[in-house]
Amino acid sequence: MSLSSRFENIEMAQHLCGKLLDGHEISDETRHWILMALREVLANAIKHGNAGDRAKRVHLEMDVQGEILRIRVRDEGAGFDPDKVDDPLAPENRFKTSGRGIFYMKTFMDEVRFQKAEGGGMEIFLTKNLAGGKEKEEKGS
Amino acid sequence: MKTSVREGQGGVQVLDLKGKITIGAGDVQLRETINKLVEEGKKNILINMQDVTTIDSSGIGELVGCYTSVTNKGGKLKLLHLPPKINDVLTVTQLITVFDVYESEQEAVASFAS
Repeated sequence: MSLSSRFENIEMAQHLCGKLLDGHEISDETRHWILMALREVLANAIKHGNAGDRAKRVHLEMDVQGEILRIRVRDEGAGFDPDKVDDPLAPENRFKTSGRGIFYMKTFMDEVRFQKAEGGGMEIFLTKNLAGGKEKEEKGS
Repeated sequence: MKTSVREGQGGVQVLDLKGKITIGAGDVQLRETINKLVEEGKKNILINMQDVTTIDSSGIGELVGCYTSVTNKGGKLKLLHLPPKINDVLTVTQLITVFDVYESEQEAVASFAS
């Protein structure tokens, strides 16, 4: 689907993602963190990617294959270098008022991947194993 | 997000928040409410988070910004009744150590005197 760059659309996307997850046995906790990661990736695309330009779109795909949830978000902005994003845990960044969104995505999903999209903009891929993934590994360690 | 301010013992301002502190829906409102209190010279602020349903990185950023602006003016900003998921979000970014967090309003208000 394609959304205009409005923060209100995040709620709608979260609602649809929730519906997609309904048929799967996942804890409320896992569901909450997936929806938070989705919120962060969309907010990032609207605010930083498209710089709030409502003429630009955010393209969203969500799918579950087997137990793997895949979310793909593409904005229409200039793109960025994910390696140059500040580490929010570094003492010098601790009191910054922004720069935590990607960290939260990485914390709550199994995999987060970035690439410059072919037609311009940035693509972010989020993956979560609904059968356990990172949580299962952490519990087992 | 809904905000309401009441005055506790010793002039402590208790800010009750209700709803979401997310981008475009509550984040700026939180900053404006805190800034107004600071401008009025009310520098001891306790934020009651009990009825906050969701917070995102923007909301967290605003909380951090409010903490900094209050502290820079010589005041104190503390948190009350953190819901577990908000506690988790503050913990993973190591911000939980920045804030004084209380489970009892009486204790929290009293702590400003020390």
